[in-house]
Amino acid sequence: MDSGWLLAIILLPVAGTILIAFIPGLSERLIRYIAALFTLVSLILAVIVFAGFDQSIGGIQYELKASWIQAINANFHLGVDGLSLPLVLLTAFLGFIVVLISWKIHERVREYFAWLLLLEASILGVFCSLDLLLFFIFWEIEVIPMYFLISIWGTGRREYSSIKYVLYTLFGSAFMLAGILSLYFTTEPHSLSMVDIANRSGVIVQSIMPAAVIFWLLIIGFAVKLPVFPLHTWLPDAHTDAPTAGSVMLAGALIKMGGYGMIRICVSILPNVAQDFAPLLLALAVISVLYGAAVTLRQTDLKRMIAYSSVSHMGFVLLGVFALGEVSLTGAGLQMVSHGLLTGLLFAMAGLTMHNVEERDLRKLGGLARQMPVIAIVFSIAGLGSLGLPLTSGFAAEFITFTGAFSSTIVEGVEAYTLLAAVGVVLAAGYILWMLQRTFYGPVLEQYNGVKDADKLEKVYMFAFVVLILLVGICPFILTDVIQLGVSPIASLIGG
Amino acid sequence: MNLDLLAPEISLAATAVAVILLDLFAQRKGLLAIVSVIGLAVSAGFTIAMYGDPSRTIFNNTLAVDNFALFFKLLFLGIAALVILSSVDYVSKFTRFRGEYHALLVLSALGMMLMATATELITIYVSLELASISLYVLAGFLKDPKSSESSMKYLLLGATASAVLLYGMALVFGTTGTTQLGEIAQQVQTLGVQGVIDNPALILGIVLLIAGFGFKIAAVPFQMWVPDVYEGAPTPITAYLSVGSKAAGFAVILRIFSTAFGLPNWLSLDWGIVFAVLAAIGMTVGNVSALPQTNIKRMFGYSSIAQAGYLMVGLAAMGVASVGETIGQSTILFFLLSYAVANLGAFIAIIAITNKIDSDLIQDFSGMFKRSPLLALALTVCLVSLIGMPPAAGFMAKFYIFSGAVQNELLWLVIIAVLNSVISAFYYLRVVKVMWLGEPASAEKVPSSGALRVALTLTSLGVLALFIFADPIIKAAESAAKMFGS
Repeated sequence: MDSGWLLAIILLPVAGTILIAFIPGLSERLIRYIAALFTLVSLILAVIVFAGFDQSIGGIQYELKASWIQAINANFHLGVDGLSLPLVLLTAFLGFIVVLISWKIHERVREYFAWLLLLEASILGVFCSLDLLLFFIFWEIEVIPMYFLISIWGTGRREYSSIKYVLYTLFGSAFMLAGILSLYFTTEPHSLSMVDIANRSGVIVQSIMPAAVIFWLLIIGFAVKLPVFPLHTWLPDAHTDAPTAGSVMLAGALIKMGGYGMIRICVSILPNVAQDFAPLLLALAVISVLYGAAVTLRQTDLKRMIAYSSVSHMGFVLLGVFALGEVSLTGAGLQMVSHGLLTGLLFAMAGLTMHNVEERDLRKLGGLARQMPVIAIVFSIAGLGSLGLPLTSGFAAEFITFTGAFSSTIVEGVEAYTLLAAVGVVLAAGYILWMLQRTFYGPVLEQYNGVKDADKLEKVYMFAFVVLILLVGICPFILTDVIQLGVSPIASLIGG
Repeated sequence: MNLDLLAPEISLAATAVAVILLDLFAQRKGLLAIVSVIGLAVSAGFTIAMYGDPSRTIFNNTLAVDNFALFFKLLFLGIAALVILSSVDYVSKFTRFRGEYHALLVLSALGMMLMATATELITIYVSLELASISLYVLAGFLKDPKSSESSMKYLLLGATASAVLLYGMALVFGTTGTTQLGEIAQQVQTLGVQGVIDNPALILGIVLLIAGFGFKIAAVPFQMWVPDVYEGAPTPITAYLSVGSKAAGFAVILRIFSTAFGLPNWLSLDWGIVFAVLAAIGMTVGNVSALPQTNIKRMFGYSSIAQAGYLMVGLAAMGVASVGETIGQSTILFFLLSYAVANLGAFIAIIAITNKIDSDLIQDFSGMFKRSPLLALALTVCLVSLIGMPPAAGFMAKFYIFSGAVQNELLWLVIIAVLNSVISAFYYLRVVKVMWLGEPASAEKVPSSGALRVALTLTSLGVLALFIFADPIIKAAESAAKMFGS
């Protein structure tokens, strides 16, 4: 198995960033083509890696390991398993698509694409890292590009939102760093390798910290990112004020780092503690789902509405993770990918609508289906997927998550949490249908006569999104088979 | 007498004299900087040649030539060279005393090198005064009211701190009967736990030593001078103070506390906790006070107080660590190096910018990215490093120093420290925000001399290199610290 693939997938966007940032005299056009080229090649490599992933073996594949800092036993260690592979693919896909989405950016183009590509690279790095230090480094690097993307190319209260985003993330990762350091010293010999630590999970030396403290230090970092109520308040601001591509990356790929980290580090390294605290985290999941949905219902801003719906939908991920069953974990993994596609498309469509109509207040929109039919149809597909219509990825993901959580035998009373969370689906139907109706249906408004519909390039990426959403919806096994390979060893740690 | 072991110091002293003499005759004053940098390079050459040799002492055990001292010598030489390079534009504004400026800089570097070398209290004190007196003069070099006030404050408070230090040394001498660090250690161990408890004068002496050096490293509550002195001094000297003087203070603290008061464990545990508390207060006070600052030099003054706090986390780990464990020392060495590179880089960029806009206010940095993208990028990289975010040296330094603390069961201190990093992100990023988001006051480019560009390139690439190639540097720090383990 060739080990350079993952490195290439991560380094291609970095190379793009360096080229774009430092070659003088590039035209805007050329910069866009460079960005598209590098992300496309990265995506193609990710697809090849996905196709080449040996499902009969499972485990970690495409490993690359090189010694980095011997004093603290840190390695440059990359690799993917069934859990991370779909997320790598998702990130590479979104990374390419956001370049297309950004085709109409004309302000400070050079910096814009440099940051955008660096953002993609760092998220890819998080999903590929098998060393805690490396994982944390990629986790932190992502903050800087996102800060600039929101604060320079954003809208509304962008400076406030961007610094809020940074401070929340750093606050979370501050605890995470303490957690990682504690984890490091609980192993003998000290190790930062996720694989080594997880393998030794039974015989962790009880030295410095009770495992519960480590677990909570780590989970605060992930909970900020996912986000989990009450640490979610950065999300609506950041998603709303970010440029369209930023919102797509944030909602599509970035917040998945939280869910991924919970499974990869919290659950698989400290399974017993995870089991102890599962009821509390399930309760937070239910609150996130219901509170997020309730707040969504009250929004009047198009983007803010989608942003809040993310809080609710990521609650399903938390539910799936801490139901701790093999099926529910698979569902959580699938929900992350599905939400990435659906919300990515929703934000892309919302951005397009706002760009063409120059209005984002739902109370002032209406009847746009006549003026922009293509956008209306695709927006509706994304919306319906998001509320869990069968044949879309949303249905498959939510169905598997709920059945998995309901039937999980690990946590007592999980049925009740699941039923409560399922109410979120009903609420989702409410706000999404209302949003679609307010925007596209109803009487045609004259002031919007003559607004543009999607152009060719926009149709291309819409088509790509829709195909994937339906593909995952109709054949979820493409992903679930892989995800299951990744989560079943984790589930078996707990006995589910 | 092995005078050749003193080659780095002797060559530096010769350089200082040569610079003053040259100033009398040379018409082109630019030559002064060149000669100084060559002198520093020669001294560095001698130092590197000795690196890795077994430890030796000279002058009746008053000076030690070991890897620890050599590590610091190279650090000080590098710092001094960068400060001289970054002063080239600044100094060209002076009409007089350009020779003295360079000579004093070199002399203070010499003082700092001797501080890292000295193993005897009186020698330590004399070296410290050599470094300090040069710095007092340099701080007042501008001769405007602010600079003079800065110099005066620094002199008065510095003299007080020296007095406190001397008093502490006298008490230690009084109870142990020697000024040799090695012999003090023997005496303290003979006293044992009960003996130390029965000797309040010794404990008072140790406390006074902490206070005296606390002034040098800008530890709370001895930090009052920092913002005023930093604001008034010439900017290159502010840069020099913030890294050189601090590193020298830590060099002496490391040597005294590791050698003389490292045992019995009960004693080191006690001063370890003192440093832990000082660290927690220092970071918090420094970071919170930096938040409302509008003058960038003042802001860096407060931030350097906070950075001293992070460094003292290492001192705390050193005190709490079990016998023979030197992770505290090596993490401090690495942190000092990373901090020096990043802080110097930031100051060099600030010097370049303030030379043009003639203002130290953060708001006047507005739109700097459009006026000079590379300068803004370099400053951003250095600020990111000071926050402690990857991909920069500061991240590795913090990770390493905090890991040493967690290993020694100081998780509470680490949590305070990482939360403080979050606070610091707010004010460091404000500078970034102004530069990248603000509208430029004019479209004029910001020019910078070749020397400044060289210094800036070295530091900003150094910040990245210390992150990516941390391994050999950490190994060097470990080997320099190892001598305290035996």
